[in-house]
Amino acid sequence: MKALSQKRRHPLAAIALLLMGLLVTGGLYAVATTVNQAKADTTTYSASDVEEGGKLFAANCATCHGMGASGSQSGPSLVGVGAAAVDFQVGTGRMPMQMNGPQAYKKPAQFNEEQTKQLAAYVASLGPGPAIPEAGVLDEKGDAAKGGELFRTNCAMCHNAAAAGGALTRGKFAPALADVSGQHIYEAMVTGPQNMPVFSDANISPEGKRDIITYLKQIETNGSPGGADLGALGPVSEGLFVWIAGLGVIIAFTIWLTSRTS
Amino acid sequence: MGNHSDGSPNHSGTVATAGQNEVEKFQDPGIPPHRLRLADTDPRAAKKAERQVALLFGVSVVGTLIFLVAYFAIDLGGPDSSIATIRLQNALLGIGTAFAMLGIGTGIVHWAKALMPDHEVSEERHAIRTEDDRQAAVRIVDDIVEETGIKRRPLIRNTLLGAVALAPLPALAIFGDLGPRPDDKLAHTMWAPEDGKLKRLTRDPDGTPIKAADVTLGSAFHVIPEGLNELSEGKLNEKAKSVVLLMRLNPEELHPSPGREDWGYNGIVAYSKICTHVGCPVALYEQQTHHLLCPCHQSTFDLTQECKVIFGPASRPLPQLPISVDAEGYLVATSDFHEPVGPSYWEREQHVLIPNS
Repeated sequence: MKALSQKRRHPLAAIALLLMGLLVTGGLYAVATTVNQAKADTTTYSASDVEEGGKLFAANCATCHGMGASGSQSGPSLVGVGAAAVDFQVGTGRMPMQMNGPQAYKKPAQFNEEQTKQLAAYVASLGPGPAIPEAGVLDEKGDAAKGGELFRTNCAMCHNAAAAGGALTRGKFAPALADVSGQHIYEAMVTGPQNMPVFSDANISPEGKRDIITYLKQIETNGSPGGADLGALGPVSEGLFVWIAGLGVIIAFTIWLTSRTS
Repeated sequence: MGNHSDGSPNHSGTVATAGQNEVEKFQDPGIPPHRLRLADTDPRAAKKAERQVALLFGVSVVGTLIFLVAYFAIDLGGPDSSIATIRLQNALLGIGTAFAMLGIGTGIVHWAKALMPDHEVSEERHAIRTEDDRQAAVRIVDDIVEETGIKRRPLIRNTLLGAVALAPLPALAIFGDLGPRPDDKLAHTMWAPEDGKLKRLTRDPDGTPIKAADVTLGSAFHVIPEGLNELSEGKLNEKAKSVVLLMRLNPEELHPSPGREDWGYNGIVAYSKICTHVGCPVALYEQQTHHLLCPCHQSTFDLTQECKVIFGPASRPLPQLPISVDAEGYLVATSDFHEPVGPSYWEREQHVLIPNS
């Protein structure tokens, strides 16, 4: 203890203290978020789920979406969006929205699995809409090749051929799809969150959606043995790398070639 | 420095006195004395450089071995090989080749720099040619002209000129025949009704027809014409012209211009996916703002204003495909596009009218 108090005036003490504080808060935050991400798998709703969901909705969502989810100036009506939309928006933390902006960002979920389910039950009770998908289409055992074909036709133009995401107009963007659960990918396809178009079962069959999820999970787990993929963003990051590293190596070689040996 | 632009003579060099000139004159420092390298004087350093060169050549050998091992030992057809296996092999082939070449190159350079004799040789600059030399060259040219007699024999001169002028003509004919002229191929797509039968809109890539009821609000379908998948040749060329994006909006949000009211069906509209700028596929559809974005140069089209360009370099709206519903409820194209799809070309203005006629 004495040794510690002697070192408190050391020039690096402030930095060490700051680092310690950051580590502790970061650690606690990580623990808190992993607790929130725990998943249950039941999708049957009881009357009490609907009732509890209604209370949660009135307390957290009705400011923008209106009482009874009928919509207001600040938020759309949620009648008929279905349980899938709620599970996606609340489960990925996009709702409740942090602030107004071009797009709601993915962030740590504010409601736990039970509360999300109750909210979904309440919204689903307001009108028919897409339900949370069955486990059978999320098993990632579909045809990855077929899924890749569907992905390149329907999704790659916004989400990038390697699912690394891409820019849209006026501050909006299509997010990267790595680390997104198969259930959330499926729900995004059937509900079309924000500016994403809807890919209903009539457009891409549930089997096709299963193939797409299989494909996405496969490219995610395949990794990049050829070295860093530089974000898979194509010519921007790769061009920058070649300009800096490639030209750097060439310059280093020319200097070496023309230098005298000692 | 004097100003030469006003034509006045430059005096700055001549006003200086002789004494100052001598002081300012730049002394030729001569060639610096030859400095021996460490390897020239110290046999141990020479031995070390020799080992370094050998090591670099050794690196090359290892690189070649890595290439050979990666090429033959990695089994791409095996039961547990995947894309990752192919990528691993690619990476090892690249690394092996790089070190094989780099080792030889750097080894030779290091050898030359550190061990080979480094005599320094200076070459004196040639004296500038005199006026006499220039005159001699002019005389040679004059002699040639004189001896050919080209001035005295206009028949020879004129036939030579004619022959040289005509010689490139065969090349013109050959290049002209490199491919068939596109004619009005760019003005037509597979959407034109065949024998009075309207073409159905089908899903890309599997070619199944789309019912109007399938297209829910906010949906975006990627569409190819019926029969495209059955084409035995020219399939890609046809697809490149005829791909369409199908979307459904609230009918109140569409503002069709006169004559185009019946080109959609209950808020379902179909637009060419080929950008009018340089032909990239415009398929980034934002279902709430109803903007279509081209990923190549950010041209943005507003679906509610018949795909008018609202941002970016595209110069024309995307062409709309007139659609309707057949007796079985499937979406069909009532005619071809009314203008050529995609970017501008020389004859485009003449082709705009063709589908209407």
